[in-house]
Amino acid sequence: MFEYAPAPESRAVVDIKPSYGLFVDGAFVDPADGAYFKTINPASEEVLSEVAEAGPADVDRAVAAARKAYDKVWSRMPGRDRAKYLYRIARIIQERGRELAVLESLDNGKPIRESRDVDIPLVAAHFFYYAGWADKLAHAGFGPAPRPLGVAAQVIPWNFPLLMLAWKIAPALAAGNTVVLKPAETTPLTALLFAEICQQADLPPGVVNIVTGAGETGRALVEHAGVDKIAFTGSTDVGKAIARSVAGSRKKVTLELGGKAANVVFEDAPIDQAVEGIVNGIFFNQGHVCCAGSRLLVQESVYEPVLASLKRRMARLRVGDPLDKNTDIGAINSAAQLERIRTLSDIGGEEGAERWSPPCELPENGFWFAPTIFTGVTQAHRIAREEIFGPVLSVLTFRTPAEAVEKANNTPYGLSAGVWTDKGSRILWMADRLRAGVVWANTFNKFDPTSPFGGYKESGYGREGGRHGLEAYLDV
Amino acid sequence: MSDARVAVRKTYKLFIGGKFPRSESGRSYIAQDANVALASRKDVRDAVVAARAAVKGWSGATAYNRGQILYRVAEMLEGRRDQFIGLGLPTAEVDEAIDRWVWYAGWSDKISQVYGGANPVAGPYFNLSSPEPTGVVGLVTPPSFLGLVSVIAPAIVTGNTVVALAAHDAPLAAVTLAEVLATSDLPGGVVNILTGDPAETAPWLAAHMDVNAIDLAGVTDQTLATSLEEAAAGNLKRVIRPSASTPSWSDDPGLTRMTAFLETKTVWHPKGI
Repeated sequence: MFEYAPAPESRAVVDIKPSYGLFVDGAFVDPADGAYFKTINPASEEVLSEVAEAGPADVDRAVAAARKAYDKVWSRMPGRDRAKYLYRIARIIQERGRELAVLESLDNGKPIRESRDVDIPLVAAHFFYYAGWADKLAHAGFGPAPRPLGVAAQVIPWNFPLLMLAWKIAPALAAGNTVVLKPAETTPLTALLFAEICQQADLPPGVVNIVTGAGETGRALVEHAGVDKIAFTGSTDVGKAIARSVAGSRKKVTLELGGKAANVVFEDAPIDQAVEGIVNGIFFNQGHVCCAGSRLLVQESVYEPVLASLKRRMARLRVGDPLDKNTDIGAINSAAQLERIRTLSDIGGEEGAERWSPPCELPENGFWFAPTIFTGVTQAHRIAREEIFGPVLSVLTFRTPAEAVEKANNTPYGLSAGVWTDKGSRILWMADRLRAGVVWANTFNKFDPTSPFGGYKESGYGREGGRHGLEAYLDV
Repeated sequence: MSDARVAVRKTYKLFIGGKFPRSESGRSYIAQDANVALASRKDVRDAVVAARAAVKGWSGATAYNRGQILYRVAEMLEGRRDQFIGLGLPTAEVDEAIDRWVWYAGWSDKISQVYGGANPVAGPYFNLSSPEPTGVVGLVTPPSFLGLVSVIAPAIVTGNTVVALAAHDAPLAAVTLAEVLATSDLPGGVVNILTGDPAETAPWLAAHMDVNAIDLAGVTDQTLATSLEEAAAGNLKRVIRPSASTPSWSDDPGLTRMTAFLETKTVWHPKGI
């Protein structure tokens, strides 16, 4: 393996404040009961800042601010003006892109190469895309004058903090809604920097409100009687609880939940490309990806060469400092998540699967997990059924295309799937049969604001991105 | 002795998997002056099994074929128009119901073009979104015949299969519709119709883990609607809530009853040489 000199991105570009209040009605305010929690850098466990913990009274205040802004300003503003605010925000994100990328990597632990080249560019693209819809709603195919829903309660996860914020806020605002958004408790900082960007863009107060906190804050927000729309990205268990809690109400809901995607490699696939796709599918963002290709299905006839090549490739992955530009795999986002990955991986071994990781030196402080594969996995193993949400790949085999389909679909989830083959008709045959909202053929983990994303079955409902993503925020 | 002919009465049964069984429970009740099967929990499960078995063939049929079959339903219904009027239904409602089948028949090969399409992604990729059927859909149907047709047709035209619970007090039109469906080349199991008390059977349908979606159009009791929606959350069924106001089934149906039970699949592929 080549020796690389360290190539750290400078963190001088970010200015993290010692403490952050809640962003309500256009200003940062103290929480009603004065509670704060710490957010840390998962790569070092260094405390980055203190963040307000919103209680029910704070959530009330934020929802009231959003309602007032909706009634008095945002729902009445011509679409072309809403568009201009969103374009402004998109531009500021581009201009402050490096700052956002470094802050995202510090708070989340993801490699700077990803936050710089994937997350933040997609965030800007998302605001640009939906900005353009704001004054074209009448032409979106939802009737001549589709109405917004009102106040949207949005709860997002920690794996793509700012990108998930963009997926939620951009379409909501374009359609004329106002929002109260809760970022994940381990990754609040880019959302708070986004609040500053809203100020910089002179976005009218109350249109965007950010309340930080953990699960209780999220519950207070989605169960608040004053919200008209709930958009949640996170675990299937919480998604089901939300679906129950809105029963009997008129709240509209979209849920983007867990996944256990099959990545299916046929014998005629170009193996080097497929191996790149397998690696990208499961090790991108430390495997903290709901659509991660966490179940590799390899046709038996090419099992040996695919595995050999995959192991060779894995031995060259660089695990370490997220701010180093050469890093492939950064830190696990939290101690709790690391514990979950360890527990499920141990169960994988106990249930009889064979575990392998390349030799890999992990930093002393922070939360780390070496890229890992399990072979000899059966469909009944928990590591083949449950979402691990870490850099852990379960490898299964198949003989016929029909068997591949059956195994791929043998899961309560249905978010994404991958297919690798050189045969066009087989790609389309597979794509027809895979019960998943996104099918990547001869590629994996590609995202675009114009492209709808979301799940079948227990991976949730509704779509984000594209014209479909707009529908989720309109009264249709 | 009178010369008047003694009429042959009809036994009103369930419609499961293309057949007309009685309730496995052996129960019946009187509605609209007839004995009608009182479906049980087991009947619900049998109907779900039949609906699931029909998914592969029906969702895999061509849109053209599904459209032809829905149009055939309209043809058969037209031929039995007087029979429905004889059940006491207003003529105008029967005619609207026939026309509604025709309207939905035409959607089979158009909804994908209206509700899907190519996405101009920023990179060298082919990217196409297409709607697909959700799977098995439970329907708690309204008492109105036009309402019944207006919840069955949009669910099946896109390739879903359904288990429909007929309204407790107005089951005869539903059973008669089943006779129409059975003679329209609709594969068995695509539509299953259970008569009885939805307050008894709907909770089993809403909680069934092999049902993908549920339409609560016919639920008027708010408490029941809430508990059905809660039960549906167990496997994240797609839910259409009862309408907030009394629905007017004569209105333009729009697309939502179709799109609520569609999943959008987006396929990516690199472009290159």
